[in-house]
Amino acid sequence: MPAVQAENISYVYSAGTPFERPALRGVSFACEKGEYVGIIGHTGSGKSTFVQQLNGLLTPSEGRVLVGGVDIRSSKAALREARFRVGLVFQFPEYQLFEETVYRDISFGPRNMGLPADEIDERVREAAVFAGLSEAELGKSPFELSGGQKRRAAIAGVIAMRPEVLILDEPTAGLDPAGRDSLLANIDGYRDRQGAAVIIVTHSMEEAARRADRLVVFMDGLVALEGTPSEVFRHAAALREMGLALPAAAQIAGKLKARGVPLPDGLYTSAALRDALVGLLGGSYAS
Amino acid sequence: MPFITVENLEYAYPAHEDGGEAFTALRGVSLSVEEGEFVAVLGHNGSGKSTLARCLNATLTPTAGRVSVGGLDASDEANTFEIRRLVGMVFQNPDNQIVASVVEEDVAFAPENLGVPPPEIRRRVDAALRTVGMYEYREHAPHLLSGGQKQRVAIAGVLAMAPRCIVFDEPTAMLDPRGREDVIGIIRKLRDENGVTIVLITHHMDETLGCDRVYVMNGGKIEVSGTPSEVFTQVERLRSIGIDAPETVSLLYGLRLAGVDVPLSALTPDECAAAVADAYGKRVSPADSAD
Amino acid sequence: MLRDITLGQYFPGNTIVHRLDPRTKLALTVCYMVALFAARTWSGYAFMLAVLISAVAASRINGKTLLKSLKPILFIIIFTVVLNVFFTAGDDVLAHFWIFKITKQGLVGAAQMMLRLTMLIAGTFLLTYTTSPLALTDGIESILKPLAKIHFPAHVLAMMMSIALRFIPTLIEETDKIMSAQKARGADFESGGLVKRAKALLPILVPLFVSAFRRADELAEAMESRCYRGGEGRTRMKTLVMRPRDWVALAAGAAVISAVYALFRRLP
Repeated sequence: MPAVQAENISYVYSAGTPFERPALRGVSFACEKGEYVGIIGHTGSGKSTFVQQLNGLLTPSEGRVLVGGVDIRSSKAALREARFRVGLVFQFPEYQLFEETVYRDISFGPRNMGLPADEIDERVREAAVFAGLSEAELGKSPFELSGGQKRRAAIAGVIAMRPEVLILDEPTAGLDPAGRDSLLANIDGYRDRQGAAVIIVTHSMEEAARRADRLVVFMDGLVALEGTPSEVFRHAAALREMGLALPAAAQIAGKLKARGVPLPDGLYTSAALRDALVGLLGGSYAS
Repeated sequence: MPFITVENLEYAYPAHEDGGEAFTALRGVSLSVEEGEFVAVLGHNGSGKSTLARCLNATLTPTAGRVSVGGLDASDEANTFEIRRLVGMVFQNPDNQIVASVVEEDVAFAPENLGVPPPEIRRRVDAALRTVGMYEYREHAPHLLSGGQKQRVAIAGVLAMAPRCIVFDEPTAMLDPRGREDVIGIIRKLRDENGVTIVLITHHMDETLGCDRVYVMNGGKIEVSGTPSEVFTQVERLRSIGIDAPETVSLLYGLRLAGVDVPLSALTPDECAAAVADAYGKRVSPADSAD
Repeated sequence: MLRDITLGQYFPGNTIVHRLDPRTKLALTVCYMVALFAARTWSGYAFMLAVLISAVAASRINGKTLLKSLKPILFIIIFTVVLNVFFTAGDDVLAHFWIFKITKQGLVGAAQMMLRLTMLIAGTFLLTYTTSPLALTDGIESILKPLAKIHFPAHVLAMMMSIALRFIPTLIEETDKIMSAQKARGADFESGGLVKRAKALLPILVPLFVSAFRRADELAEAMESRCYRGGEGRTRMKTLVMRPRDWVALAAGAAVISAVYALFRRLP
């Protein structure tokens, strides 16, 4: 049974006003436990609207969402349950911090779940470790933290609910390369330890290529392409038409092939391209 | 004489009343920017690059050292207004630099502050909006525009001031790839067609391709500087201060580590592919390598 | 959702109503209000309704949009109507229960009050729908300018208003986002007593204030770097000029007031 599943979802923004516009037009999607899914598409393609359907923040005008096999609209309790099982981290989540201390802020979700005090404490400390926050930082005001630490604190606030599906909307936006890499590693750590599914909404083809098992490409409120990264990146022309670029490594590989270098298909990460070229050019690794 | 000269610039943020500690952001920075040059400043968050930007248009006054713009000393308060007119600033968050609720009114804001006569303001506003490709949106409300469009309006708002130099402080950090491409395209166009001197502060390597000079900052100092190919080929050194070399250079670097003879200085994807294909050609038919 | 609220929004256009000087439109709105409260007869209301409808038609604002925008204040209208029905003294008692009496005068008064309020609000909305907030503040600044002689900060006031108008949609959108983010962490804004609900607002209000201050800081910096230094020496791209059409419109406004005073003041 999929951890979260969407059946033929449609959604209209500002229904009944002059600003009415369809955001989703019949999207079906399923995600198993432990999977790592990348959702790509340019702004306005419906991808951010879609992830807000998965934990019931938005109500579809048609179709339904199942979490652990249960329709999240079947009862109020089911909807509440879905909020906690499908954790959603918004873009620039640091803007949602509000408590006096980082510790208190991270505990907001578990407190809303109605957990006993000792379990809340356990979860807060565990989430802090996953998010790479130190003990000292837990006692600080969230507003004293640096930009990158604030982001981590906000993500910890969702991780503390121990969601089976962790959805992050552009978690690395505005971070520098070092901050980006360590944050993605932290998310991997949570997935490995909890066996949780991770769904990342991203603009970065490099990030999508490097981490995800499966990519879902949104376009005009529909799923335009879906498959493993190598399946999706094979459709270079279609992606370009959607305003999406291939990962830099795939671009370079394409240019090399055009120049007659006999590279295999499906090279879309820097490491894979480098290894293929080392083979072709007769290099070898010292180590 | 360079248009902007920075000599041993130091800047310390004063201690905050509510307990925030004093913090030295710049520890002796020297650089110069020639008229018409495209200079990129790179660095991870907290390296001091945004503080440097704010010293270039007299938003911050140096704690020590000297900044001179067009021959004017930035520490002299009498010059503040003129320096701000000469050096425009485009900030990271497009939302928080748009003052008016109609696009063209916002673009008119700076020339209005300068006391430019109304017909001339109209002319400048229209020209600036055309330059950034937002003329059709002149009567729109900014909050309904995309991030990239807002940022283009912000650039028009600075252009209407008729500055000689524009400092861009991470202008694409909050934009999607399409918005980023548009903004970077406009920055290049401003330099090539309008002759505006550009200082681009960023942590996106690929945005700096085609610039004249790169300064890499770390810990409030300039760590590496030179032409893009001089700087980006120092892969190890950049990595040690938290900066990735461009994908192209990383690939070439990886190949060299494995003993493949390729040059490091091929920065664009095309140059990189050409360099690798060349190496492949030499290996497959060594005889052809003479030509 | 919050962002569906159209209260006080501007719909750009190029009709005669849009092109009138904001000062003219402000004056006309005042004329309209005065006439509306002077009108005391059904034919007077019909006359004012005709004035309103022709103004709406001339502005090409969708009538439905205008009516829909009344929704948020429906409560106030209903409240006033109910008060009028029950608390207007009169002799023609139609129904009587407990301490309440419904009189014919009460019903008539309530109906008139409802008409008057609805038309009043629709009229002022027409002003904000056809006048950009910026033009409106320019108009107010220009009207207040003579007061600068007695050190009244007309420019500062106008700048504050225009910045507020610029950021209201942004902050509404932000509130929406913060609410969603806290709901995703299980926050509950819909149940519990007054105290619990007030407390539930903290996770929204704190981030909203923090963000508003950050925006204010950044905006101030951006304004300074665009050479802002107050109203002194400032010019404007669009200077307000009264054109013949403005004088004609003002004359029409005066005519409406005079007509109402001459014809519709007393119940027949």
